Amino acid sequence: MATFKDFRNNVKPNWCPGCGDFSVQAAIQRAAANVGIEPHELAIVSGIGCSGRISGYINAYGFHGTHGRALPIAQGLKIANRNLNVIATGGDGDGYAIGMAHTVHAIRRNIDITYIVMDNQIYGLTKGQTSPRSAYGFVTKSTPYGSKETSIKPVELALSAGATFVAQGFSSDIKELTAIIEAGIQHKGFAFINVFSPCVTYNKINTYEWFKEHLTKLSDIEGYDPRNRDLAMQTVMEKDGLVTGIVYQDPESVPYEERIEGFSEKPLVEADLTISETQFNELVKEFM
Amino acid sequence: MLHQLSWKVGGQQGEGIESTGEIFAMAMNRLGYYLYGYRHFSSRIKGGHTNNKITVRPTPVRAIADDLDILVAFDQETIEVNYKELTEDSIILADSKFEPVNPEDSKAPLFAVPFTEIASELGTSLMKNMVAIGSTAALLNLPIENFQEVVDEIFGRKGEEVVKKNMEAIRRGYEATCELIGDKVGKWELEPADGKRRLFMIGNDAVALGAIAAGARFMAAYPITPASEIMEYLIKKLPKFGGTVIQTEDEISACTMAIGANYGGVRAFTASAGPGLSLMMESIGLSGMTEQPLVIVDTQRGGPSTGLPTKQEQSDLMAMLYGTHGEIPKVVIAPSTIEEAFYDTIQAFNIAEELQLPVIVMTDLQLALGKQTAEPFDYSKIEIRRGKLNLGELPEKDPKEDFKRFEVTEDGISPRVLPGQLHGIHKVTGNEHDETGKPAEAPLNRKAQMDKRLRKLNYVKFKDPVYVDAPHEEADVLIVGFNSTRGAIEEIRPQLDGEGIKTNHVHVRLIHPFPANELRPFVDRAKKIIVVENNATGQLANILKMNIGAHDKIYSITKYDGTPFLPRELKTRVKELLD
Repeated sequence: MATFKDFRNNVKPNWCPGCGDFSVQAAIQRAAANVGIEPHELAIVSGIGCSGRISGYINAYGFHGTHGRALPIAQGLKIANRNLNVIATGGDGDGYAIGMAHTVHAIRRNIDITYIVMDNQIYGLTKGQTSPRSAYGFVTKSTPYGSKETSIKPVELALSAGATFVAQGFSSDIKELTAIIEAGIQHKGFAFINVFSPCVTYNKINTYEWFKEHLTKLSDIEGYDPRNRDLAMQTVMEKDGLVTGIVYQDPESVPYEERIEGFSEKPLVEADLTISETQFNELVKEFM
Repeated sequence: MLHQLSWKVGGQQGEGIESTGEIFAMAMNRLGYYLYGYRHFSSRIKGGHTNNKITVRPTPVRAIADDLDILVAFDQETIEVNYKELTEDSIILADSKFEPVNPEDSKAPLFAVPFTEIASELGTSLMKNMVAIGSTAALLNLPIENFQEVVDEIFGRKGEEVVKKNMEAIRRGYEATCELIGDKVGKWELEPADGKRRLFMIGNDAVALGAIAAGARFMAAYPITPASEIMEYLIKKLPKFGGTVIQTEDEISACTMAIGANYGGVRAFTASAGPGLSLMMESIGLSGMTEQPLVIVDTQRGGPSTGLPTKQEQSDLMAMLYGTHGEIPKVVIAPSTIEEAFYDTIQAFNIAEELQLPVIVMTDLQLALGKQTAEPFDYSKIEIRRGKLNLGELPEKDPKEDFKRFEVTEDGISPRVLPGQLHGIHKVTGNEHDETGKPAEAPLNRKAQMDKRLRKLNYVKFKDPVYVDAPHEEADVLIVGFNSTRGAIEEIRPQLDGEGIKTNHVHVRLIHPFPANELRPFVDRAKKIIVVENNATGQLANILKMNIGAHDKIYSITKYDGTPFLPRELKTRVKELLD
């Protein structure tokens, strides 16, 4: 059985030293090993930006696509091969700006994939512009007088879009993050995971220290029950989204693949491409 | 007896105009006639004038008739909009309910037939369409039994009583018309047809059937006129083959989802029209750069922007060739008939997998939606080729060394493996990359990968890249077109010959890579080349000049008012250019 080391490759990440994305990478590698996946059974689909490079840094199949489109690619891939473990990844620009529509609709669709957003509240690769996750008043190169837009609230958004699995992690706590990703991979349906992954170069506000000061672990809240959606929403709102752990999971979740009529139980990629002459004639007859 | 009949039914959208045309056409198709339909409709659900013009004859036809023999009108607007197409030998059958008025300068007589009144007597005014069909049958001297089979099929599910009532409506329409028109009964009788069963479908049906036959098992699409019928058909049929369709949130998602599925090894595609194609351009570039097979169908309609969503145009050509940023290998196919739409869709899937690149199947609104007769498709011609896809066991490799998915080869085509295969791990990226798919910017590698990708276009295996109807060794004129202009050109080519103008016709079926070698002999052996196309700027003419030269003798006939070419107008314009 593969260990987390088997998910390493020879590529040296070009992230800045101290970047939160290193921990996300490590957590994915550990989680994959912990749930018993072999490297060739895993595909990582990523977007564009610093975070997008992650698919190149893990020994697994990797698809580094276009900005904001990791989710449609990942969903198409899962439809093609339902035996494959598919993890879509990206940054907050990918998921909450250019690809926002895909995020909401992927949540609604509930295809059995895991989506990890490396949320650093800034545009890093383009060297420091505001992101939809930047706080109101946040000063960046593109908002020299402070951002005049309020921040997206990813967890509330996912809950209200009908997500069957919502979690949030923090790069400093690899143990918790690994456990969250494991649960996400094992969840039957779309698993949405937002990760506070600090940018040490361009975000001097939302730093590791800042998160350590502000975050609450849901597991520390007495009586918190991730199966209770109302409670989840209430808690997240009370804590202004600054919580980590599994926020909500619908134990009854039925993934899209199991909802659609006539969908092949074996991976579609194994389906016969040819149709018989009888089948063909039946189709054509309707037009005669 | 007539060799060709041109029949049109018109009324308010949502009034059953479509089904009137459909039932009439189906019955004629069963008798072995060839039909060619043209729908005039608007981008709205109810209201607005709509009409369906059908050309019928016992020999193949792919053009809209110039004139109109029979106009069936359910409102006065239908008469006003269409009477100018009528001649002294034509007739208007109008519903007496709206007290129709024949315009003063109308050449054709008008008969007010109690369509609605008869239908209401039989129980529901909805059956006025059937009464009108009976009325038409009287003009054609067509025994109404010929409609029994179609009526059984359409209304059988609703019970025997409904079938009987509808047949009764047809009979009453027939009889009432006989009484009204007297000696005109049977005046529009057609030469008999051969009674052979043929297909009767729209281009979108042919593309959808082609996709299933080609092994496509997944489609991602967003609704748009005039492409939606493709997804609607596959939504019904793909589950029978284990597959599925996802209606996505937008065309960007549709295109990238199809790429994801192709990456996973399933033949997947999307279909859209101009606005959707514009949104897909970045993704088409991704498919080209990452060498993932992808088939995209573009049912061209009037542009730019929202343009003329329900009207004919062929103005996406340059956008399909050059729309993506950067340079990728891409194949663009333009079928011009129902049969070609079917076979070319299959070819598209094969080429996409063989060459690992995006293939665009471009049709146009008239081909996509014009319902027409086609010869039965040949099952034995369906062929599936997957190129260098290796689904076998792969040799063990150093787990830290990725599979060379983008290996530089002589033909530019690299071995392809799929996610999930043991020992096949590699990376895919839209960044420039090395042979294993790792981002790489070094100049030598860049050049090697660019050359490799573009080289693949030398290995396109496309059967019959041009359609040729060129009886003359030396021609006065060569007419060139693509997509649905074929029918109008086919009509006039022999007519021009008859007038002493030696005319050849070539229709371009593979647009890119351009079949210059196949076309050049015909260009060389013609005094003038006239390129006929439904756009304003002569896009195909420019492509011809780019690839073949002969600038001094290439002329354009363009039309971009939203309507297809009619044979007579085309002939007039060709002759003007030859003067």
